[in-house]
Amino acid sequence: MNAAGFPILSLITWLPLVGCVVIMSVRGDEHTVASNARWTALWTSLLVLALSLVLWVKFDPREPGFQFNESVTWLPHYRIAYKMGVDGISTLFVLLSTVLTPVCILASWESIQVKVREFMLAFLVLETMMVGMFCATDFVVFYMFFEGVLIPMFLIIGVWGGPRRVYAAVKFFLFTLTGSVLMLLALIAMWLQAGTTDISVLMDTHFPVHMQAWLFFALMASFAVKVPMWPVHTWLPDAHVEAPTAGSVILAGVLLKMGAYGFLRFSVPMLPDASQSFAPLIFTLSVIAVVYTSFVALAQEDMKKLIAYSSVAHMGVVTIGIFTFNEQGIQGALFQMLSHGIVSGALFLIVGVVYDRIHSRDIIRYGGLADRMPAYALVFMLFTMASIGLPGTAGFIGEFLVIIGAAQVNFWLALLGGLGMILGAAYMLYLYRRVIFGTITHADLKHILDLSPREWAVFAPLVVLTLWMGIYPSSFTGFFDESVSAMVQHHHDAIATTVKFAQEAVH
Amino acid sequence: MNWMLALPEIVLACFGMAILIFGVVRKHDSTLLATMFTLGAFLITGFLVATRAAGSGFNGQFVTDSFSTFNKELILLGGALALILSVDWNRSQRIERFEYPVLVLFCTVGMMVMVSASNLMSLYLGLELQSLALYVLAAFARDNVKSSEAGLKYFVLSGLASGLLLYGISLVYGFSGTMDFQALHAALRTPAAAPPGLIVGIVFVLVGLAFKVSAVPFHMWTPDVYEGAPTPVTVFFATAPKVAAMALLLRVMGTSFADLLPAWQALIVLMSIASMVLGALAAIGQRNIKRLMAYSSIGHMGYALIGLAVGSSDGVRGVLVYMTVYVLMTAGTFACILAMKRDGKPVEQIADLSGLATTDPGLALAISVFMFSLAGIPLMAGFFAKLYIFLAAVKAGLFVLAVIGVLTSVVGAFYYIRVIKVMYFDPPVAAFDRRPPALSFVVAATGLFTAFFFLFPAPVVDAAEMASRVLFR
Repeated sequence: MNAAGFPILSLITWLPLVGCVVIMSVRGDEHTVASNARWTALWTSLLVLALSLVLWVKFDPREPGFQFNESVTWLPHYRIAYKMGVDGISTLFVLLSTVLTPVCILASWESIQVKVREFMLAFLVLETMMVGMFCATDFVVFYMFFEGVLIPMFLIIGVWGGPRRVYAAVKFFLFTLTGSVLMLLALIAMWLQAGTTDISVLMDTHFPVHMQAWLFFALMASFAVKVPMWPVHTWLPDAHVEAPTAGSVILAGVLLKMGAYGFLRFSVPMLPDASQSFAPLIFTLSVIAVVYTSFVALAQEDMKKLIAYSSVAHMGVVTIGIFTFNEQGIQGALFQMLSHGIVSGALFLIVGVVYDRIHSRDIIRYGGLADRMPAYALVFMLFTMASIGLPGTAGFIGEFLVIIGAAQVNFWLALLGGLGMILGAAYMLYLYRRVIFGTITHADLKHILDLSPREWAVFAPLVVLTLWMGIYPSSFTGFFDESVSAMVQHHHDAIATTVKFAQEAVH
Repeated sequence: MNWMLALPEIVLACFGMAILIFGVVRKHDSTLLATMFTLGAFLITGFLVATRAAGSGFNGQFVTDSFSTFNKELILLGGALALILSVDWNRSQRIERFEYPVLVLFCTVGMMVMVSASNLMSLYLGLELQSLALYVLAAFARDNVKSSEAGLKYFVLSGLASGLLLYGISLVYGFSGTMDFQALHAALRTPAAAPPGLIVGIVFVLVGLAFKVSAVPFHMWTPDVYEGAPTPVTVFFATAPKVAAMALLLRVMGTSFADLLPAWQALIVLMSIASMVLGALAAIGQRNIKRLMAYSSIGHMGYALIGLAVGSSDGVRGVLVYMTVYVLMTAGTFACILAMKRDGKPVEQIADLSGLATTDPGLALAISVFMFSLAGIPLMAGFFAKLYIFLAAVKAGLFVLAVIGVLTSVVGAFYYIRVIKVMYFDPPVAAFDRRPPALSFVVAATGLFTAFFFLFPAPVVDAAEMASRVLFR
């Protein structure tokens, strides 16, 4: 049995579905059903959050392997079991998912008015899929959840999205699916090679070097779309712009992390030789993403699109960090993922606040909001600074560590990766200036209201987390120190072994 | 001569004749009773099939083993589902005749003979018995031009295919001197020694059978027949005969010509790729949901053929799991299509589903489950079906086939999710009529299977595993 004394990971994963059953069983007129659905979803997600805090408390950071393990026989013929477990890398992502879900539900309280019940159902199913994906320690189970995320997200974008929602939803679905099915083939090939799909066994399996290359590309097809890396990022701006606020938050906050998590969980530890040899490719694509999408962000007229492109740039920094294969780089990547999850999620919520009031995302429709909405301006500023990577906020630590890690690999990589911070300052400050400062020119902005208590409740946890992560990062890095060291060590050992074999073959 | 082996078929055929007499004697309002009797006969036959011992009888013409049992049960299930779905529809369309269940029954007998055939002669007999009933069924709404056209089209093309098959059989017989599967297998141990005439014969046999599973390039009849035939007949067409033909193809290729795998593998690979690609691309432009399902079934046969192309018992297991899932999700989808009625008139356009999520959330949910499953999205049964197929393909090193397979499944996903898009994202139109309880029952049962297959895959997979051991030994 695990440290919690009960199958906590399964409970966290499946509890949202219990909430779904409750919501579905409610009968009554539309208003009753809607309000009931909102409250049930909120309480369920808060309960899940409370449970996941047990992980935070009980997790043993000195242990690099999987904890809270569970295993149930599922397909014995194929040696596939329903296996759950978390290590230093995944724990915080579970928490990220469980924190963002209630925030999103609260943020959709008033902005979602049609089919409220269905929306809440989709969101709870989404939470199950996200948490399950981070907890899975069996590749097949992982794959199930990884693709399962598609269905609720597709519906969230397509039903409650903006004017071009259908195009965006279908594009999102097909891009992601294309990548995933190729990953499926890689999964099957690894399964046949290793005879099992247990992730911890697969990590210790040595795949032949020529096979690794193919597997790497198949996995990359999936993860690169999810991250998203340039040039397969084009679904992201569309999906972000059209999705409802809560959808964008989860998309930026958690779904993008799934790709990077996949690289960390599968590509790097299982395919060390291929990862090493294709790292320059990843670096190139990442640097292009950082520089190019930052410039693209600078030219955007739509607030959500701007933040979407900034996400691509920030995730570029993450992929650079992962493929440096040193502790600073990977720790930085992990920290950047967490901070980006909070900060970009918060920025989408920021856009959502004014969108709910004015129903426009065009930057040009705003200006001078500081007069009418001082609290809003303050919160917006905090997250702008965090997005830029100002010291003292969450954004700084991650970028800084990644740049240190990158500098050990290549000077130019560090320089170009760091360029993202400068360009980030440019487009974020430009956005902030145009929206918040200046004089109010549009009549309807003269009566716009500042943050409501509900919106305060939405932002408060995110503000606290952003500052906490910036000021005292150790309480987060402490979780993944050991896992990351073990991973780096594992990678270098594997590379050394291959080199040794190669030399022996030569002699 | 061990005729007890064929007891299920004999019993079912006797039931068929009895029901026929009953219908003639009773004259009117006998359809419902005849249908009930037929379902009962299916149930009894299913029990008899399950309790049969393995063996070979009728001088090696007829064989029962785990493979035939698996497929027969599946055929009976498909036939039963199609019958249940036909009752209310036929009544409302005024084509309610007691011959309908009898025809389905005799067709089922034919299919069961096909599955148990272990000689080219009994193969042909079973196939013809099945086809004869299908011709009539396709044209069952005889006052409807489209239905008559479907019947005629199917008759002409199927006749052609039967001719090709017969010609192939004669060539195989001429060059090998036997029609018995086991004897053929023994005679054809070395691929290099096979005379060219024999290979030509095998190709003809393959073509004849490919027509029945509607694999490209022998698929032309499928969309028209699917669209033209009364929808319950389409359900039948899409399920049981596909299982029978696929089982036959597996049996012929997996026993008599198993050692000639290198000679016919490329052909199956080509048909498989062509079916998957055509099924995915041609469906995109379809507006009629029955035609969409026709192309979808062509694509699905392409996936199933991957399992045959693998040419191992792994592949056969994949095909059997695939066919099981396929039958249930297809029957479920068609049950939903049967529910598409406004003011007593059936509607068949995808656009008619617009906004169904608002007007009938239950039906919309069921259709989305089926669509996601047909697209092969995880957690749905369709995903596992594809998983086992691709597993076999990767294991056998058919990487190109596997990659094309997954990519076409993405293209396919496009039109499946478009149906979901129409239901969930588009503005609602008028609601459908109340659906009969039998329909809701089939939708619920197949929907639950499709959605929750992942929890208990073992019974189906184990049975398929058992059944697959018989072939490619």
